[in-house]
Amino acid sequence: MANTPDYSWPPMEKRKMIGQRFKRLDGPVKSTGRAKYSSDTRPKDLLFGAYLTSPHAHARVTSIDTSEAEKLPGVKAVHVAAPAGTEMQYQGWEIAGVAATTEEIAREATRKIKVDYEILPHFVNDEDLASAGSRAKQGGERVVGDPDKAFQQAEAVCEGQYGIPVVYHSCLEPHGQIIQWRPGTEANNAGDQIMVWPSTQNVPAYAGDLGTRLKVPANNIKVKMDYIGGGFGSKFNPDAWAIVGAELSKKAGGRPVHLYLDRATEQMIGGNRPSAYSKIKVGGKKDGTITAFEAFTWGTGGFAAVNPAAQPYIMTKIPNIRETRTPVSTNTGTQRAWRAPGNQQASYLTCCAIEDFAHKVGMDPLEVFKVNAQYATADARVPLYRYQLDKAAELAEWKKLWKPRGQNGNGPIKRGLGIGWSAWGGMGHPSQCRTVINPDGTVSIEIGTQDLGTGTRTIITQVAAETLGLQMGQVKLVIGTNDLPPDGGSGGSTTVGGVSTSTRKSTVNALAKLFETVAPALGTEPDQLEAVDGNIRVKGTPSKSMTWVAACRKLGTNKISEMGTFNGRDGGNLLTQGAGGVQIADVSVDTETGIVKMNRYVAVADCGMVINPRLAESQVYGAIIMGIGTALFEERVIDVPTGRTLNPDMEWYKLAGIADVGNIIVHMDIRKENDDRGIIGLGEPPAIPICAAVGNAVTNAIGVRVPNIPMTPDHVLAALEGRKA
Amino acid sequence: MSSKKIPELPIKPKTGFSRRGFMSGVGLGGGALGTGLLENEATAAPAPAVAGPGAVPITLTLNGKPVKVTVEPRVTLVDALRNYLDMTGAKRVCDRGTCGACTVIMNGKTVYSCTVLAIDAQGKNIETIEGLATGNNMHPVSKAFVDNDAQQCGYCTPGFVMACKGFLDEHPNPTAAEVNSGLGGNLCRCGTYMGIRKAVLQAASEMKGGKKNG
Repeated sequence: MANTPDYSWPPMEKRKMIGQRFKRLDGPVKSTGRAKYSSDTRPKDLLFGAYLTSPHAHARVTSIDTSEAEKLPGVKAVHVAAPAGTEMQYQGWEIAGVAATTEEIAREATRKIKVDYEILPHFVNDEDLASAGSRAKQGGERVVGDPDKAFQQAEAVCEGQYGIPVVYHSCLEPHGQIIQWRPGTEANNAGDQIMVWPSTQNVPAYAGDLGTRLKVPANNIKVKMDYIGGGFGSKFNPDAWAIVGAELSKKAGGRPVHLYLDRATEQMIGGNRPSAYSKIKVGGKKDGTITAFEAFTWGTGGFAAVNPAAQPYIMTKIPNIRETRTPVSTNTGTQRAWRAPGNQQASYLTCCAIEDFAHKVGMDPLEVFKVNAQYATADARVPLYRYQLDKAAELAEWKKLWKPRGQNGNGPIKRGLGIGWSAWGGMGHPSQCRTVINPDGTVSIEIGTQDLGTGTRTIITQVAAETLGLQMGQVKLVIGTNDLPPDGGSGGSTTVGGVSTSTRKSTVNALAKLFETVAPALGTEPDQLEAVDGNIRVKGTPSKSMTWVAACRKLGTNKISEMGTFNGRDGGNLLTQGAGGVQIADVSVDTETGIVKMNRYVAVADCGMVINPRLAESQVYGAIIMGIGTALFEERVIDVPTGRTLNPDMEWYKLAGIADVGNIIVHMDIRKENDDRGIIGLGEPPAIPICAAVGNAVTNAIGVRVPNIPMTPDHVLAALEGRKA
Repeated sequence: MSSKKIPELPIKPKTGFSRRGFMSGVGLGGGALGTGLLENEATAAPAPAVAGPGAVPITLTLNGKPVKVTVEPRVTLVDALRNYLDMTGAKRVCDRGTCGACTVIMNGKTVYSCTVLAIDAQGKNIETIEGLATGNNMHPVSKAFVDNDAQQCGYCTPGFVMACKGFLDEHPNPTAAEVNSGLGGNLCRCGTYMGIRKAVLQAASEMKGGKKNG
């Protein structure tokens, strides 16, 4: 080809597929129960596994005896992950796995493993920094400007302490995999072969990681996943249970082993979001301008030190800042990335402080947010946040419904409104895609990605159909194995940018090859052709055309196979990053019972070019509903004296139900100027500000700050009574 | 420095815990469970002969057809479906009657199949998601879930679809408030409730006209 092809998106008004509200392609297979998730896979000779984990928050294994378990009829393999001498740092630490002919036998066998423990001292109370002692290690102090002087000169200063606890990811499909490790044979020098069906957000990189840990060449590892039952950031790499499962399979002579965490273990070690607590002082002017911000923040991500959320959120250009961050090591399950890691905590802490400062200076918090949007990290975001604040306020009827604290009605039910805001990147990850056009006109798009339920299948197909001028059903999509052109892991809202860019490039490249083939027959040059509505035609002369199938027939016996690669940087105007967003919660609080009811929730969702508004809206609705759960109900509870987790389940760890979420209004900010930015991932940004908005709304309703998420009756009533919950 | 034996582990709640006893106990006050246990079933069933502890042959009536399977008496209905019969539509998520992902319809009532023993499900007419479609035609509830994007990862979806079907069989003209309370026994982590609300109302309207059992 003489010139670099033009990969840029068609203009909004010319798009046929992109921007359409197609239903998700895997909807029917899911809603009829036919979708086979990794945990639903039933390969031949399958064994079922079960897991024995530590009942103690901190203990050493002094002896372990698996002989009784091994004798149980039906048991095919036992693997010890924590031999005598192992120091276990949290409840749920992996001790041993069993593979048996049935799951019931495997579970029973774990109960027959005899373990003696030396109980060691534990620490689990992350909120109580004073009791943490050497388990808390304060990082260096970060100082910007002269905060002491700024606080002295401030016209108003407010102080508060706010907290957001550890929450569980609670993926409905637990972590785990089916894995089969077949020994190699010396005769053909084939080496060991592994087949694995994991529940993972990272199909393309799974084999490499697993191979390193098992010392099996990645070449010999085949990974397959069609559907995953939730990840939310907690399912990337092969975990300890993948190693245990693999060892069990090997010991069982190469039979596949189904090993998934039971619910209690899933909650305790399958992933959690770190806590964050902060003592915050805000100083500023009577017009609402913040001039000084001080935050001493701590929190836990488990035994290993994990820095708590950075402060202040979004307003990083406040001229005078003092900040320390103190990771607290606790004997609890290890944190994992959670849909916008660190951002919910950061947003909550800062937005509480803004709202309290607004109250201090007697201003409407909407105005205080707008004034202080001036401190947004990127200058371009300043007007955008102000626009979004106004838009959200309009949709939430802020001007009509918002009242200052203490003026929200005389009866026991008080209504309140609160604001939260978000910032996220959402740049696409490196991605490769192959487009195959066959002489019979069939098309396949091959890309080593995964669809977490975000709609990845659907949007890739839309992009391909758009480029090729075809209908959705004419494009066959192949994803979900590690032998396809590699995409990245689906995390950080990076997937949509990556896959749509590589798909666009790949399909444009393939189409260019087709144009080269058919141009002579149409009496023109390849660059004068276009693919529209199932035809290849001469630009400006639609009468000179041939059907897609006729065009492909001219390939003779040679199919077209063209790659498209996005290296993570040079995507031109196809994609970019940087999404904000503003949300407003409208709640009613019963001051006699402390029960918070969601009335209405408004989200102004920042976006770039939206490929499928229906699926984009679903992402935002879902983010908010998940967030409402964390704002109102969710909290890991650990008994401080014993270190035992009290709610590793789904009845005492309460997720939001259909009746709990009120009415949700999503405004996708689809506009020409946003569309011009190209693709920006949007799974993360709307998931950030819910705790902030709900916390501020409850505080506005009842007139006093409820410092700690979740907004349970306990916390609300404690705030009303002026006691510490 | 103490020594603990495995059966004392608090994280293995099923140890020493009879599912049948649990069922009977809850059955007496069954309203506490959203889609719920079958009060009548739990209390009216005749005392079963002692079965087990080894595997026993049983026959389940699944989507109108008798299906033979050999399971230990401790095997739950959801595990019998998933692990012994390769009917993996119903999902095992909380495994203790909270989340509804394992919902099936038994003698016309929605039940959590993780709280029903397979041997106790004999003689009951059990409808599962696998039996819902008619040939290639999706059931109106399944179709409504697709039309309203009432699913994301989809792991809760089969249970939700069955719960909706059971709910609509009893409430053919539900109000929005009835939808919220009637489907309160199922949980979704991706947050698809807005779509589900619309899907139930769409399905209700499409199922009118006597098409009772899709």
